[in-house]
Amino acid sequence: MSNILEARNLIKKYAEVTAVDGISFSLKSGDCFGLLGPNGAGKTTTMEILEGIIQADSGDILYLGEPINERFKHEIGIQFQSTSLQDFQTVKESLLMFQALYEKSADIDELIQLCHLQEFIDRDTRKLSGGQRQRLLLAIALINDPKLIFLDEPTTGLDPQSRRNFWTLIEGIKKAGKSILLTTHYMEEAYRLCDQIAIVDQGQIIIEGAPDDLLHQHFSSSVIRLPFQENVDSDNLPEDIKRVDGRYELFTDSVPDSISRLEKLGFGLGDCQISAPTLEDLFLKLTGHALRS
Amino acid sequence: MNIQRMLAVMTARFREFYRDTASWSWNLIMPFMIILGFAFIFSGDTKDLYKVAVYQPEAHLTNSHPFLNTKHIKFIDVDALDTAITKVQRHQIDMLLVIPANPSEQPSYWINQYSANGYIVEKLLHQTYAEKSSALKAEFVSGKNIRYVDWVMPGVLAMNMMFSCLWGVGWVVVRYRKNGVLKRLQATPLTPFEFLSAQVIARLIIITVVTIMVFIGADIVVGFTMRGSYLALFLVFFSGAACLTSMGLVVATRLKTEEVADGFLNLISWPMMIFSGVWFSMEGTHPVALFISQLFPLTYLVEASRRIMIDGAGVTGVAFEILLLSGLTLLLLSISARLFRWS
Repeated sequence: MSNILEARNLIKKYAEVTAVDGISFSLKSGDCFGLLGPNGAGKTTTMEILEGIIQADSGDILYLGEPINERFKHEIGIQFQSTSLQDFQTVKESLLMFQALYEKSADIDELIQLCHLQEFIDRDTRKLSGGQRQRLLLAIALINDPKLIFLDEPTTGLDPQSRRNFWTLIEGIKKAGKSILLTTHYMEEAYRLCDQIAIVDQGQIIIEGAPDDLLHQHFSSSVIRLPFQENVDSDNLPEDIKRVDGRYELFTDSVPDSISRLEKLGFGLGDCQISAPTLEDLFLKLTGHALRS
Repeated sequence: MNIQRMLAVMTARFREFYRDTASWSWNLIMPFMIILGFAFIFSGDTKDLYKVAVYQPEAHLTNSHPFLNTKHIKFIDVDALDTAITKVQRHQIDMLLVIPANPSEQPSYWINQYSANGYIVEKLLHQTYAEKSSALKAEFVSGKNIRYVDWVMPGVLAMNMMFSCLWGVGWVVVRYRKNGVLKRLQATPLTPFEFLSAQVIARLIIITVVTIMVFIGADIVVGFTMRGSYLALFLVFFSGAACLTSMGLVVATRLKTEEVADGFLNLISWPMMIFSGVWFSMEGTHPVALFISQLFPLTYLVEASRRIMIDGAGVTGVAFEILLLSGLTLLLLSISARLFRWS
């Protein structure tokens, strides 16, 4: 599969802050690539450099193997993290306005159905709920039937149900063969939607790969979590039992054996939690701080 | 340049305008109310300071005549009798006093019968000469007399255009930048030139429609003077609006908040309103004030439209102003295209 987009050693500095510090990655055609990281990690700046909104101080961007050219803007769709539309326009009028800005256009009626805009198609865009607004902005990002779609934290601020509905929409777009570059700080979102991820911290990619591959490389199959217990001698625990954020954590390939071991060490198992490791665990392991901090 | 993209942005701008009732009240009702106010509430001239032009064929202005010592009247020495009579007609001065070379002869004077100030100054003149007042020779300006509302109407129309052009483009583009509309448009194939051109053309169409409506409405209610060419008036208003819109664009090229834009636009519009002769004539003001007035495009817009509406000028009579305003438009558009940033 060929690369639709390549970033090579992108650097962007603001005064004394290096927002993007040598970021390189490739997005394969038809894939969803996720840039993960806490607020201020440099995800949005990287995204906006790739979109052509801001200029990098150095580095190269290749679209379909060639430097960015006039064709690029006609073949991409963008949903910004925060944006606004012209006032006093209905949803349909907004769609038609953006449609007129492109040479190629998706079928408006199909788009309205795909993004579930029917019920508020004649409503003033200022009167939409958060979820409705995000669906409209997604429809606008798809208005030119783009090959590559940039989604910058598209579900931030949505309630859990709206977020899951939005994920279903994105999965539909993926099935249509579109390539997606997504930034998010929701690990569940990245795990569900992304074929490849890169975890970004302080303007640099600290790890990159398929979500499951990364988890298998760095963790055992399960994690056991226990609340803090005063009767346990924290200073003399085995190295694989860590104390994290006021609780104990043990990664293991054999849950029964580990449970027996913990009992022998004097742990009470009343509030014990057993789960698979997550991308958040991975980020914590690699950086020492939580993703949403 | 892609016309379809420009039309899409212009259509969106038109919708914003005609669906926003506040815009209508500001652009349409406000100037209409101002004109009505001048026509009916104040019933004519409202200035406190009287201006009397003094024509002495064979001497310079002296205080030898008792009337020239009257306080709170500004006496202006004039050399050309015809020009001074026109100024009385146009309410630029309240009276023209002609003092003969022979001291034994009584002065004569010119006033505009429709000028309230002229009436008061005439009474003061007669009071000064007391018993000899019957010897004073009164002359009245010939032709159709001009009321203050006739004189102020071109200024009010021009002022409304100025506010509409500056805020309708300058403030709106800054608001677009602040709330992310420009960023969203930047992500599309729309070019800065297409976007800026769409804003200017949309505003010119809006201001043309609004000005025609105000013009017709005010004429029906007040019945002001329009002696010149409608084509000339259209060209003057159009070039003036283009110039002021371009000025608004220059302000909007980089500012990021409406508050700062408001400050800049006020900084531009208030001196223009004061020094461009919208409300009162700049006749006889300090040379520095006169010099400042010549720096503002509104001055040329107001002067040219008065020359058309009051003096009956045609296109050739205001060609200088049309060319000047058009040239300034090109200069300001070039500056704004060079300075413009989406974000």
